[in-house]
Amino acid sequence: MEWLRSALLPPQGSAFAGEIDFVYMFILWLSIVLFVGIVGAELYFVWRYRYVPGRPTPHQTHNTKLEIIWSVLPLLLCVGLFFWGIDGYMKFAVAPGDAMEVQVTAKKWLWQFEYPDGTRTVNEVHLPADKPVHFVMTSEDVLHDFYVPDMRVKRDVIPNRYSEIWFTPTALGEHVSTCAEYCGKGHSDMHAKVFVETKEKYEEWMATGGDEWMKHTPEEWGKIQYEQKGCATCHSLDGAKSKGPSWKGIWGKMEKLQGGKTVLVDEAYVRESMLQPQAKVVEGFEPVMPTFQGLLRENEIRGLVAFIKSLK
Amino acid sequence: MEHTLTPGAVLGDRPRPEKNYLNETTGIWSWMTTIDHKRIGIMYLCGVSTAFLIGGVFALLVRLALLNPQHTLFGRVWVTAETYNRFFTLHGVVMVFLFIIPSIPASLANFVLPMMLGAKDVAFPRLNLASFYLWVGGAIFGITAMVLGGVDTGWTFYTPYSTTTDGSVGLMVMAAFILGFSSIFTGLNFIATVHKLRAPGMGWFDMPLFVWGIYATALIQILATPVLAITLVLLLLERTYKIGIFDPAYGGDPVLFQHFFWFYSHPAVYIMIVPGMAIISELIPTFSRKTIFGYRAIAYSSVSLALLSFIVWGHHMFVAGESDLANVVFSALTFLVAIPSGVKVFNWLSTMYKGNISFETPMLYALSFLFLFAIGGLTGIFFSTLAVDIHLTDTYFVVAHFHYVMMGSTVIAFFGGIHYWWPKMTGRMYSEKWGAIACALIFVGFNMTFGSQFIMGGQGMPRRYFNYLDKFQPIHAFSTYGSWVLAVGLFMMAINLLVSLKTGKRAPDNPWGGTTMEWESSSPPVFHNFEHQPVLEHEPYDYRHRTVTHV
Amino acid sequence: MEQQADTTKIGMWLFLVTEVLTFGGLFAGFGLMQSRYPQEFIEAHEHLQRPLGALNTVVLLVSSFTMVMAVLAARTNQSKKTVRYLIMTIACAFIFLGVKYFEYSHKFEEGLLPGSFYHTQATDTVKIINAAGQVVPSHGYATFFSFYFMMTGLHGIHILAGIGLLTWIAIRANRGEFSSAYYTPVDLVGLFWHLVDLIWIYLFPLYYLIS
Repeated sequence: MEWLRSALLPPQGSAFAGEIDFVYMFILWLSIVLFVGIVGAELYFVWRYRYVPGRPTPHQTHNTKLEIIWSVLPLLLCVGLFFWGIDGYMKFAVAPGDAMEVQVTAKKWLWQFEYPDGTRTVNEVHLPADKPVHFVMTSEDVLHDFYVPDMRVKRDVIPNRYSEIWFTPTALGEHVSTCAEYCGKGHSDMHAKVFVETKEKYEEWMATGGDEWMKHTPEEWGKIQYEQKGCATCHSLDGAKSKGPSWKGIWGKMEKLQGGKTVLVDEAYVRESMLQPQAKVVEGFEPVMPTFQGLLRENEIRGLVAFIKSLK
Repeated sequence: MEHTLTPGAVLGDRPRPEKNYLNETTGIWSWMTTIDHKRIGIMYLCGVSTAFLIGGVFALLVRLALLNPQHTLFGRVWVTAETYNRFFTLHGVVMVFLFIIPSIPASLANFVLPMMLGAKDVAFPRLNLASFYLWVGGAIFGITAMVLGGVDTGWTFYTPYSTTTDGSVGLMVMAAFILGFSSIFTGLNFIATVHKLRAPGMGWFDMPLFVWGIYATALIQILATPVLAITLVLLLLERTYKIGIFDPAYGGDPVLFQHFFWFYSHPAVYIMIVPGMAIISELIPTFSRKTIFGYRAIAYSSVSLALLSFIVWGHHMFVAGESDLANVVFSALTFLVAIPSGVKVFNWLSTMYKGNISFETPMLYALSFLFLFAIGGLTGIFFSTLAVDIHLTDTYFVVAHFHYVMMGSTVIAFFGGIHYWWPKMTGRMYSEKWGAIACALIFVGFNMTFGSQFIMGGQGMPRRYFNYLDKFQPIHAFSTYGSWVLAVGLFMMAINLLVSLKTGKRAPDNPWGGTTMEWESSSPPVFHNFEHQPVLEHEPYDYRHRTVTHV
Repeated sequence: MEQQADTTKIGMWLFLVTEVLTFGGLFAGFGLMQSRYPQEFIEAHEHLQRPLGALNTVVLLVSSFTMVMAVLAARTNQSKKTVRYLIMTIACAFIFLGVKYFEYSHKFEEGLLPGSFYHTQATDTVKIINAAGQVVPSHGYATFFSFYFMMTGLHGIHILAGIGLLTWIAIRANRGEFSSAYYTPVDLVGLFWHLVDLIWIYLFPLYYLIS
C-alpha cells in the first residue's frame, strides 16, 4: 500500500510522520469500506428494485434492533478513533526537555529563525537529523501558520502570544515549510526551506553561521554584529564615554592600560579584547566585559575588526 | 423518456382553478408588497439564484487563476495575488451569506412548509416580507462592497488581518450583519408556524420530515445568529475605533474572535446541511413509493444535529492556539456528529430497500446526494481525529471536504428540491431528458473539481494560495477543467427550467405521487393554498392508501 | 383570536431569546477580557459612580412593577389605569436615561472613553511600554470602557425603543383599544420591557460591583 500512501501524502520527514500516516491510512481504508458499502447498497437497490408498474411496496416503518445496531456500531468505532487520535496528538503536545529551541518570528511575509547562540536566518532553517527541535513562535503583525507538510506539523503563529511546535526530523535533505493561515498578498509565497543535515554538516554550518556573512562587506557585517551581539550596550560610536571605551577613532591609538603600560589598538589587541577582555583593561574602566569566546565566529570577529577600523 | 406524469402518480382530476397565486393579482407592485409566502419564496428563489450566479462566477475565476502556476491565459498574465484574494473572498462571502444560508429555508421551505402543514401562510407574513427586504438590503451592501474595492479577508474575517487591511471590509461586514437578521426572521417565523399552524389532526410526528429538518434549522438560526451579529459589530468597532478586543496591537485577542465567529459559523454549517437532508427525506420515499424507514430516528437526528452543532465549534481551531484539553473535548464531541448523520444515511438506504424506484430528475439528484454526502461525511472523520487533523487542516483537503458537504450535498439537494417542487411552484413540467443530462454533467464536473483536491490537500497544498508548487499543476488544471464541466451542467439545468416556463407541459396537481399535503393543492396553488382546509387522514409517506393510477 | 395571541407570544419569546444571546455574546466577551486584565478592570470600575448605578437599578425595578400593573389593568378592562401606569413606566425610563446622561458626560469629561478615544489623566497603576517606548496605562482600561459603553449603550438603545413602544400602546390604550378580550400588544411590550430591565439587573453588578 506504500504506493497509495505516497500518492496521497507527502514524504515522511519526521519521527511521527509514519505514525500519523498509519492513522490516516486506517481511516482511509475504513472510509473506503463504508463508502463501498453505502454506494454499493444504493446502486444494488436502484437496480434490484427499479420501477415496475403497479408493484406494491411493503409498509416497513422501522426496525428498532437494526437501528440500535447502526447507531451503536459507528459510535464504538468513533470512540476507538478518538482515543487513537488523542494518543497521536498528545505525543507531540509537549516538547522533550533536551530539544533544541529555535525562536521563530513571522511577519508579512517572511520567517525569521533564531538559534540558541543568537545566529539568525531568514526563510531557511538548518536542523540536525534525529535530534528533537522545538520551535517557539510569535508573529509581528497578523496571524500566520507554520506548516511543514513533510513533518506533519502545523500551528498558528499569533501576535502577542507564543505558540509552540516540536518534531524530530529524520529524513535528510530539503523540506518546505509554508504559511497555512491566510495573511494577505504574499501568503502563498511565504515559504521557508527546512534543511535536515547530518550532525557533521549541521555543525559545520553552525560554525560558519551559514552564508549570510558572504552577502555583506566585512564592515557591514561587523556593524550588524555590533548591533546584534550587544556591543552597543557599552561601546559608543560617537566618542561618548560609557561602560567601555568608545570605538570612535580608537583604531591605531596608543591606549593607556591599568598598571601603567600602553598598547597599540590593532587587530591583535582588538581580537584579544573580545576573547580575553580581562587581559588588558584600559585605564579608567572597570573590568566588566564578559568573554565572547565561543559566541563570535571567525567571520564575525573579522567583521568587527573591519568595522572598528572604519570608524575614523 | 418524455413524460409529464410519473408512473403511479395521482392525477388531479378536478378542473384547474382559474385564479392561482401567480395570476390573482398582477404587476410588479403586487409582488413587491406581497405577504404571500409563495410569492416571497419565489422572490427569494430568484434572489438566491442570482447570488449563486455571482458566487459561481467568482468560483470559476478562482479556478481559472489556478489553471497554471504562471497565471497566464493565452500567454499573458491576467491576475495578481491581490485580485485572486478578492476572488476567493467574494466567492466565500456571497456563497455563504447570500446564497446557501437562505437557499433552502427562505426559498423552498418558504413556499412548501406552510403547505405541508396545511396552513394558509406562515405565522407572521409581514415579517416574512421584511426578512426578504433585509436580504435585499444585505445584498446591496455586499455588492457595493464588491464594487468599491472589494474585500480580501476571506469569508471568515479573521482578525487582526480584517481589522488592518484596506478595502470595503466595513461594508461587507454590515452586509453579513443585515443578512443575519434576515435569517433570524425566517427562523423565528418557521418555529411559530410549526408550533401553531399545523392542520387539524396533525401531531408533531405526523409532520413531513422536511418540516422537521426546517424546524431544526430554524432553531439554529434563532440561537446562533445573534452571536454572529454581535461579533460583527465588535469587529466593526475594532476596525473603526480600536476598542481593543480582537486586535492584539490594542490589547485584544485574535483567538477570541475565532471562538465567537465559529460559535455562529459552525452551527451555520448545519443551517446549510440540515435542510438539504430534509429534502432528501422527501425525495427518497416519493420516488421509491415506499414509506420512510425510521421516521422518528430521522426526525430526532435532525434535532440532535442542531443541538450538537452548538458544542463542536472548537474543531475549527485545533491548530489555532486552543488548549490541549479544549482540543480533546472538541474532538470527542465532533465524533458524535457522525452518529445522527450515519443514522440518516442508513434510513434512506433502508427506505429504498424493496421499494419501487423510478429515476425522475429529483431522484437522480437524491441518488447523487447519497454518493457525495457519503464522501463528504466520511472525509469528516479525518478531521475529527486530532493527530490527522493537524496535517490536513487549512489545506485543500478541507476545501474539498466542505465543498462535498456544502455543494455536493446541500446544493445538490437544493437542485433536487427545485426540480421536485417546480411543477407545484410554476404549474409546468420541465424536460426530464435535459434534466437528467444536466444532473449527470453536474455530478461528473463536481467530482472532477473537488475530488482531485483531496489529493492535493493530503500532499500539503495549503488553501487560499495564489502561487503553488509546480508539482501540483496537473491536478490544479484537472480541477479547473472539472469546474467548466460543472458550469456547463449548471447552465443546462437553468435553461431547462427557464424554458419550461414557456413551453413546458402543464403540470398535474401531484405529478410524482407525493403523500404530503402540498400535493393536495392545485398546480400552481391558489392564493390561500387550498380550496378547502385539508385534514390529515394518514401519516406522511403512507403508500398503503395510494391508488396507483397509471396513465 | 386566542390562536393569534399565542402565535405572536411565541414570536415574542423567540425574539427575546435572540436578545439574550446578543447580550450573552457581550457578557462572554467581557468575562474573557476581565480574566485577561483583572487588575485593570477593578481599577477602572472605581471610576463608575456606584450610587447612580444603584439609583438606576431601583428606577428600573419600579418601572417593571408599574408595567406589571399596566398589563393587569388592561386585562381587567381599566383603560384609564392602563394609561396611567404606562405613563409612569415611561417616566421611569426617562429618569433612567437622565441619570445615564450624567454618568456619560462625567466619563466624557474625564476622558474615560472606549478604545482609541481613551485619554485620561486618571492614575492607573498597571503600565506597559508601547511600541514607541513610552510608558502608558495598560490597554485593559480602554477595553473596560469599550465594553462599558457598548453594553450600556446597547441597553440604552433598548430603553429608547421601549419608550417608543410604550408610547405607542399608551396612545392605543387611551383610545380604548384594549380589553380583557384583546390586550396582546400590552402583554408583548411588557415582556420586552421586563427583558430590558432584567439585562440591567445583570449589567449593574457586572460593572459597578466588581470585586
